[in-house]
Amino acid sequence: MSVQMMTYLFVGITFLLYITIAIKSRASSTSDFYIAGAHVPPLANGLATAADWMSAASFISMAGIISFMGRDGSVYLMGWTGGYVLLAMLIAPYLRDFGKFTVPDFIGERYYSQTARMVALLCALFISFTYVAGQMRGVGVVFSRFLEVDINMGVLIGMTIVFFYAVLGGMKGITYTQVAQYCVLIFAFMVPAIFISLLLTGNVIPHLGFGSELRPEFGGGYLLDRLDGLNQELGFAAYTEGIRSKLDVLFITAALMLGTAGLPHVIIRFFTVPSVRAARKSALYALIFIAILYTTAPTIAAFARTNLINTVSNVEYSAMPEWFKTWEATNLISFEDKNNDGRIQYLDDPQTNELTVDRDIIVLANPEIAQLPNWVIALVAAGGLAAALSTAAGLLLVISSAISHDLLKSNLMPDINEKTELLSARIAIFFAVCIAGYFGINPPGFVAEVVAFAFGLASSSFFPAIVLGIFYKRMNKEGAISGMLVGIIFTAGYIIYYTFINPAADNAAGWWMGISPEGIGTFGTLLNFLTAIVVCHLTAAPPQEVQDMVEDIRVPG
Amino acid sequence: MKHYEKDSPGYWGENVRILQVLMGTWCVVSFILGILLVDQLDAIRFAGFKLGFWLSQQGAIFIYILLVYIYLKAMDRLDEKYHLNDKE
Repeated sequence: MSVQMMTYLFVGITFLLYITIAIKSRASSTSDFYIAGAHVPPLANGLATAADWMSAASFISMAGIISFMGRDGSVYLMGWTGGYVLLAMLIAPYLRDFGKFTVPDFIGERYYSQTARMVALLCALFISFTYVAGQMRGVGVVFSRFLEVDINMGVLIGMTIVFFYAVLGGMKGITYTQVAQYCVLIFAFMVPAIFISLLLTGNVIPHLGFGSELRPEFGGGYLLDRLDGLNQELGFAAYTEGIRSKLDVLFITAALMLGTAGLPHVIIRFFTVPSVRAARKSALYALIFIAILYTTAPTIAAFARTNLINTVSNVEYSAMPEWFKTWEATNLISFEDKNNDGRIQYLDDPQTNELTVDRDIIVLANPEIAQLPNWVIALVAAGGLAAALSTAAGLLLVISSAISHDLLKSNLMPDINEKTELLSARIAIFFAVCIAGYFGINPPGFVAEVVAFAFGLASSSFFPAIVLGIFYKRMNKEGAISGMLVGIIFTAGYIIYYTFINPAADNAAGWWMGISPEGIGTFGTLLNFLTAIVVCHLTAAPPQEVQDMVEDIRVPG
Repeated sequence: MKHYEKDSPGYWGENVRILQVLMGTWCVVSFILGILLVDQLDAIRFAGFKLGFWLSQQGAIFIYILLVYIYLKAMDRLDEKYHLNDKE
């Protein structure tokens, strides 16, 4: 069977599975729709949270980014897993005890203010739309590269599938499809990793292969030492050494951690379990399931880079294997013979370098580079789609509940009955899918910056407001609202300045104190905390019933 | 009805102390060992790894799992001590 036939088969089977699950788990109440009736067992929620969290970027791009960044890539590894520790200990159990439907719900009630709820709602919408557009794009990219359909057609197919199960099942449908999607994506991620580890080091466990010696035909010696050497021979920095400033690395890592803990689509997953203890337990499961991918990604990064350099460096262009030509056709690899010697020079110096490699290729072409069987290639396509669809669905639900629950039910039309609210939630998903699809087909030219934006915003707005709401009883609405506004305005201002107003200064020398826009969310978060505490002490304490509520969510039961 | 009692500051105080210890470890592992002292740790080697590099790419993640596991167990014990019955 050809690779393409097999890919159609795998993708078809997984889509059929998702749709079957959706039909079996239709939502009949708003509680079903928003939080799956709070009946999800911790293990299932852990699996669903992991799929919810790991997006197209984690699956397709992350290992590639690390492959090119070497040790500096650790910001993503620690940042996107370390945030779970914050989530598990500082947020999830208490918000579960609070027991409502959305994050703006908590902000609105804890700070007894519709203004606070609206600020939270706008942040949730912005973060989710930013993110979901990227997922839709990811779906389109996978379709176009593996199935050779038009990228816009791919986005449309993805939209239809997500729309179908999100509208039918709400959170209930999404949860169980996410469980299935986790299984598909982790299998698809691990199989090539195991194969390439075997190929290069003879070790079946990639984590051990990472620290093992290369097989003699690849030059022997420890993998990482060999990779350091290869990198340096070609003029790159040694793989295991960083080139970014320590301060910037620290700020970026912290911003990603704080942002992770403040992302509404992840937080609401903890509303779906039956108890506080179940919330703690599912946070542990989620972290374990995420860690399987996140500890494997750096191994793929190192294996793939070694293999890539071995395959291409100073080798004749005419001797390149089949995959080189196929991926050249997609423009992910390009070769320009600057010195006309017919060989590929892959160097750090842009003057003499002849090879450009897109970071996505590390995961997408890995099975071919490592000469794995066709079914593994098909599997990677299905895995990439599972990662993108599962995250998109979680985000769409946040958008829909923000509109139907926080905007309509809690604010504009408090008198609507449950049936109308449920209907409006479904209509909201429909519009959200359409908007997300539009951005997937016509992506704004600055997707990467916008994602930094989403994290910066989540960390500088939600994280302090939620944590202070739980751990600082005296925190009042004046403090929380002014803190959120200062955090958002500062962070957004900094990112907008370097992205749109003065992009020429967007480099280490031009940044304020050497902190990149990616890391500025950390400073925004600190400003938020500081402003909130100062303002809170200048204004009246929150009403007694709010203080009682805080007492209440601190104790499970 | 909630099992919440007015006299539960003991529970909350212990909860906060558990968090201080665990979050403190989290901070040291992530920011001090994983970022600031990473070059110094790289002087130590095991198998094919430099310790600092390994910690920042893999080790920290394993420690995070351990921290959340300890948190779960510590809170279970605390809930039991204060007879907080939070059925799943």
